[in-house]
Formats: sequence, structure tokens, C-alpha cells
Amino acid sequence: MKTTKSLKARGEQLSDTMVQLRVLNGKEIMEEQFPLFADKLKNIQLFPLQPTGIDIFQVNVGKMCNQVCAHCHVDAGPDRKEIMTKASLERCLEILSKTDIKTVDITGGAPEMNPHFRWFVEECSKLGKKIIDRCNLTIILANPKYHDLPEFFAKHQVEVVSSLPYYSEKRTDSQRGEGVFEKSIKALQMLNAVGYGQEGTGLTLNLVYNPSGAFLPPGQSSLEADFKRQLKRKYEIEFNSLFAITNLPISRFLDYLIQSGNYEVYMEKLVNAFNPVAAQNVMCRNTISVSWDGYLYDCDFNQMLELKVASPKVQHIDDFDIEALNKRSIVLNQHCYGCTAGAGSSCGGETV
Amino acid sequence: MNTYYNPEDLKKFGKIGELGANELAQKFFAYYGEVFKEGALSEREKSLIALAVAHAVQCPYCIDAYAVDSLEKGADEDMIAEAIHVSVAIRGGASLVHGVQAMNKVKDITM
Ligand code: SF4
Ligand code: SF4
Repeated sequence: MKTTKSLKARGEQLSDTMVQLRVLNGKEIMEEQFPLFADKLKNIQLFPLQPTGIDIFQVNVGKMCNQVCAHCHVDAGPDRKEIMTKASLERCLEILSKTDIKTVDITGGAPEMNPHFRWFVEECSKLGKKIIDRCNLTIILANPKYHDLPEFFAKHQVEVVSSLPYYSEKRTDSQRGEGVFEKSIKALQMLNAVGYGQEGTGLTLNLVYNPSGAFLPPGQSSLEADFKRQLKRKYEIEFNSLFAITNLPISRFLDYLIQSGNYEVYMEKLVNAFNPVAAQNVMCRNTISVSWDGYLYDCDFNQMLELKVASPKVQHIDDFDIEALNKRSIVLNQHCYGCTAGAGSSCGGETV
Repeated sequence: MNTYYNPEDLKKFGKIGELGANELAQKFFAYYGEVFKEGALSEREKSLIALAVAHAVQCPYCIDAYAVDSLEKGADEDMIAEAIHVSVAIRGGASLVHGVQAMNKVKDITM
């Protein structure tokens, strides 16, 4: 199945987040119902789930992307025009300057395609924040104007987190599109060349593994060792850590699960692999996620399902109130099983 | 449609003790779990061996289970294919090496 357009551009019914939620609850397209995630948390006295604070301010600066990955939970692509405005980015900076939130995690789409991206990074850097950029690698080669991104990242000590589903072309391209592996390798070499992933430079390059299909990720540490060995041997590439991430059953990955007849088996797998320790450590407990139009969510997945934070008076950056947000209950649904399966999964990899 | 093999039956494997001799079943599963833990061999190597053996004994349940498990232990399509070829080579070789017995016999009784 080769994807060249977003679900939205194809007019698929699954691009409607209500439909996705109905599928996950066995009320549309799929009939199978699974035990409620909230009940699982009740059983371990973790309901209602509450934050421990806000350490990470994750900003989704837009859904535009140069890639159309088959599993994308954002339903991103070149046809998506939603982009955060400079005014909203300014508001984010104001919030960051007034709080002691330490980390700004910039994601998308391809965040670098937001015309205010570099300015935003520079301003975050002035505030002394730790900056993470979720870079899809191929953007660096997509256009000459992006070729100097590695130097730009290095200048501002940006931690670069990049997806590479496997150290082979076949696996990578089947998930992320034809030619992506080759370009990703080139981009990684460019990042290495300016010091990323090299000892003693302080420039961090982390890779993300996520399964190219309806199965769970392998153990993170053994996989990291494989990636390090193979990437070094074949391409002289070095990096810091590998994050193994589980695919959550939403958006294009949900579409893939349904189309390929794997939905029930995959959900069952996630439910059976529920790990109470991973549940304690889900990332929504220390993260707040901001959408391109300034709304607040418990995580990027809830954002893509349009499940806004459950603090009625504070749902937008214009009303940001850290005290109120710290008292909220996290909005849960059946997709949350993806964060608690096995060794757990978050934007930083395993959680157990 | 009735068939001897049903994918749904794999889920019942853990309940085989319900048939009887439950204690033996439990001992088997405890042993089974130990076998597949990381040891001198990695979990991935064990999973690929299991997949190769599954092909040799032609168990559809084990083939399904260990094709998925191999992926979840970080193997890729090439590793899986190579493991299957090891099984094929040994099965083929095992037949062919018996040809020596035939050869001996033929030599014994021919001029
Ligand atoms: S997964 Fe990342 S790189 Fe791929 S389409 Fe989505 S946002 Fe773009
Ligand atoms: S999907 Fe989001 S809200 Fe649900 S457990 Fe994961 S991080 Fe938390």
C-alpha cells in the first residue's frame, strides 16, 4: 500500500477523529470491543490519571510534511496546510519565559517547514531551554534552503530526534516512502559531520525505531546495540540513543490496521501486554502538547484525536495556567493501550 | 468449515492443562518460558531457531507465532528467510545424506 496523500486529502472517513474514536470503541467499522483502558487504570488505583507536573512543552508547529509515511499518527503530508502562526509561537515563548518548564519539544509534520521555525528555535535558545527537534531527516536534503540545518541545530545545541525504522532500506522505505532510507543515511552523515552523535561534542542525535507493521517493538537496549553496530559498519554513522516506540492505533496506522485485517489482533496484543509499571510512567503525566492552532492536549496522540485537555477554562495557550493544568485529569481512551504495552512507549522510547 | 488446524486454537494452547495432567502442562510451560529467555543465546537467536524448527516440523501454529515473535525481537525479512533456508538445507541435506546408504547398498549388490 503506497500512500501519497493524507487521509484528509483522500476524503477518507477515518480522517474524521470521531470515526476513529468510534472504531476504537467498537461502534463503527469494527465491532470488537476491548476492556476499557480507564478500567485497567482503576484496577491499579491510577484513575483518574493525573499529571506529575509539566516538564516538557511539546509544540506541534504544523501538519505539513515532505513525507507521507504509511503509519503517520498526524496524517501529515505535503497536502496539509495547517501551520502555527508567528503570533501563536510568540505566545508559546511568553509561556516558556514565565514558567520553569525546561524542555521545548518541537514536532510536526516536518517542523522545519514552518516559516518561523528558525526564529522560534533562536528565541527558545535565548530563554536557555533545552530544545528537541523531531526531524524526519529527509527534509535536510529536500531543498537547498534546508541543507544548513545541521549547522543551525548545532549552533543552538538542539537535540535532534529522528525516525529510522530499521537499518535496512526495504523496511525503512516500506514505512516512510521510496528513497527515504538513502536520504536519511545521507542526512545522518551530515549531522555526524558537524559533531552530532560524536563523543565530547554535547550534540545529541537520537534515533527512533517503530515497527513497520502490526507488531510490537523489540527490547530497546538490544536493538540499540544492533543499530549502532550496523550503522557504523555499513555507513560510518554514529548516534547517541535509540528510542523504541510502539505505533498507536490512530490515524493512518489505524487505517493500515483495518485495511490489512490486523486491527483486532493488534489491539488484543496491546491489551494483553498492558503493563502497570508502564502505566505509571506514561508521558502525558509530565508533558503538555500544543497544536498548530494553539489548543492544549495531554499528548500528541490526544491532539490528533482532538481530545482537548479536561480543564474547561484552560484549553488554549491564550489561557495558559500551569496551576490549573497540573490539577487536570488526563483524557484517556482505547488508543492509550499503545503507551502501556510491554516496556511502555513514549516520545522518549521505553518507559519501564 | 471444519479443519484440523484453526488459528483460534493457538490461543487455547496455554489452557492445554484443562485436558488433564495439568501439573505436567504447567511444568512444560515453565520450562518453555525459561528456554526462551536471554542466555548464552539472545532472545532473537532463539526466536529464529524456533522459526526454523517450526518449518522443519511444519507446525502452522509455531510458524505464525515465531514469524511475529522474530519481528518483535528485531529480526527483519532477510533474517527470517535465512533461518527458513537453514531449515530447508538441513531437511534437504538429511534426505540427500541418506543417499549414501542407498549408494552403499547399490555398490554392495552390483558388479
Ligand atoms: S511520520 Fe513524521 S515524517 Fe512521516 S509523514 Fe508523519 S510527520 Fe512526516
Ligand atoms: S495516548 Fe496520550 S493520554 Fe493516552 S496514555 Fe499515551 S500519552 Fe497518555
